[in-house]
Amino acid sequence: MPSTIASVIAESESKLLDDWLKQLRETGGARADLMQDQELRQQCGDILRLLRTATNQGMDPRSDHYDPLRAKLAEISRSRAQQGFSPTATAMFVFSLKKPLTEQLRAKLRDGAALADESAAMHQLIDDLGLSTTETFQKTREELINRQQQDLLELSTPVVKLWDGVLALPVIGTLDSARTQVVMESLLQQIVATGSEIAIIDITGVPTVDTLVAQHLIKTVTAARLMGADCIISGIRPQIAQTIVHLGVNLADITTKATLADAFKVALQRAGLSVTRRAQANAAPMHGGRAG
Amino acid sequence: MTTVLKRDVLPLKSEQDVVLARQAVRKVAIEQGFGIVDQTKIVTAASELGRNTLIHGGGGEMVIETLLDGARRGVRATFTDRGKGIADIAKALKDGFTTGSGMGLGLGGSKRLVDHFEIRSAPGEGTCITIARWK
Amino acid sequence: MERIPILRMGRFLLVTIQVDMHDRLALALQEDLTSRLSTTGARGVLIDISSLTIVDSFIGRMIANISGMARIMDAETVVVGMQPAVAITLVELGLSLPGVRTALDVERGMHLLQRSVPGFDDDMAAEGVVGADEA
Repeated sequence: MPSTIASVIAESESKLLDDWLKQLRETGGARADLMQDQELRQQCGDILRLLRTATNQGMDPRSDHYDPLRAKLAEISRSRAQQGFSPTATAMFVFSLKKPLTEQLRAKLRDGAALADESAAMHQLIDDLGLSTTETFQKTREELINRQQQDLLELSTPVVKLWDGVLALPVIGTLDSARTQVVMESLLQQIVATGSEIAIIDITGVPTVDTLVAQHLIKTVTAARLMGADCIISGIRPQIAQTIVHLGVNLADITTKATLADAFKVALQRAGLSVTRRAQANAAPMHGGRAG
Repeated sequence: MTTVLKRDVLPLKSEQDVVLARQAVRKVAIEQGFGIVDQTKIVTAASELGRNTLIHGGGGEMVIETLLDGARRGVRATFTDRGKGIADIAKALKDGFTTGSGMGLGLGGSKRLVDHFEIRSAPGEGTCITIARWK
Repeated sequence: MERIPILRMGRFLLVTIQVDMHDRLALALQEDLTSRLSTTGARGVLIDISSLTIVDSFIGRMIANISGMARIMDAETVVVGMQPAVAITLVELGLSLPGVRTALDVERGMHLLQRSVPGFDDDMAAEGVVGADEA
């Protein structure tokens, strides 16, 4: 036997649709700047139809009968997340169906007790659907942010060539797991591409170093060694040095220098290079002293 | 909800089988759009586990599946054998490699190379290990 | 079973691993290298792995073994050309191959060997540049 809600929807589908749309416009759930009225009408119509079919089979939103409805809600939610709707507006899309449904229930049921029961069941159902819609919204937003983060990561970790055979990787900002992977791969690829035997990893711009970051750094250095290159870590501030000792991390056989300049000096030495000052030319001074 | 797009079963009865298994995992990882590092990690894990199945498990098989979860693409491989099983799983997972010799089963290492690692084994009941990596 | 060829370059032996090795092939290589080291009195071994897309724990141990055995026979080993993805994976597996010297490519590897084995230049001049002995 179809539930009361199902009959209500069957009997007054177009009234429900109009009332719902009216609710949406009044509560700000319909963003005219983001979505055309026609499209919104289509979405609401689809949901009502699917809701009718689902409630025909029962009122348990967890049962399989509700899968098509959930799928449609998820689809709508995802597209709203991408379009820039707020989480509230997306949730309101579902919750604003309550008022129209309540009105129709009241019109149909004379018995106070029956009305109370059906109302409660309706509220529970819509609440459940509204919550899962919000969850999908959140997940979609997270995916979007993650993708943007990835793009940022790739752009913000450049590997620079300081000299023939000497690369530098100035790291700025926090080093989390994902970023470190990208950084590591990028550096190692550049080592091969440029044939550089020395890489300076400068962490002056890294605010904190915890065990994980330290481990990642060590892994990078070890991997570079396996490939035939050596790494120097520079920019270790006193606080970071303290942290590293406290954590008991062993940087024993990794060369470390306080500054990038120091590291560069070491790199040049290892490469068998040196910088010399040219002899000063004994020319007359360019202009005689002060003007006038 | 994870869907299995494709499923293949490969025997692990000889050394050549282990090589073929590696190549099969590589092929599938490439099809799923894995980057070179992700490919290498799961293929290496498969090589470790495939070899274990052959040498410690007395031979067995590998089931390889391509997965789809929403927009995420993944690769899953399951290694089964009816060998003597692993008595102390926790220890096997901790066993790392020693520098030259050492018979560490390499399970701990393989675990670090993948996103998902599941092992079922008991003495006399064989071993079943499932690994998966997502793009 | 085919075996991996070992080239002789003056005082050094050069091995280029290009195939996806199965375990027996790797073991055969170990044996061949040690016997060649003995018969030729070579002072250095250069292992070129720039074509290898997978180095698992077995191959890793093989490399460490070769290095160890060569040292006992008074020869230096240099491994060259490890690919980034392979290096990253090996480190994750927990293998750092301490005691194994490495270089970016064959040229630099030879350079490294030259520096550690005196008299190399004289030998090279006397014997000509490359001579591939019969396998």
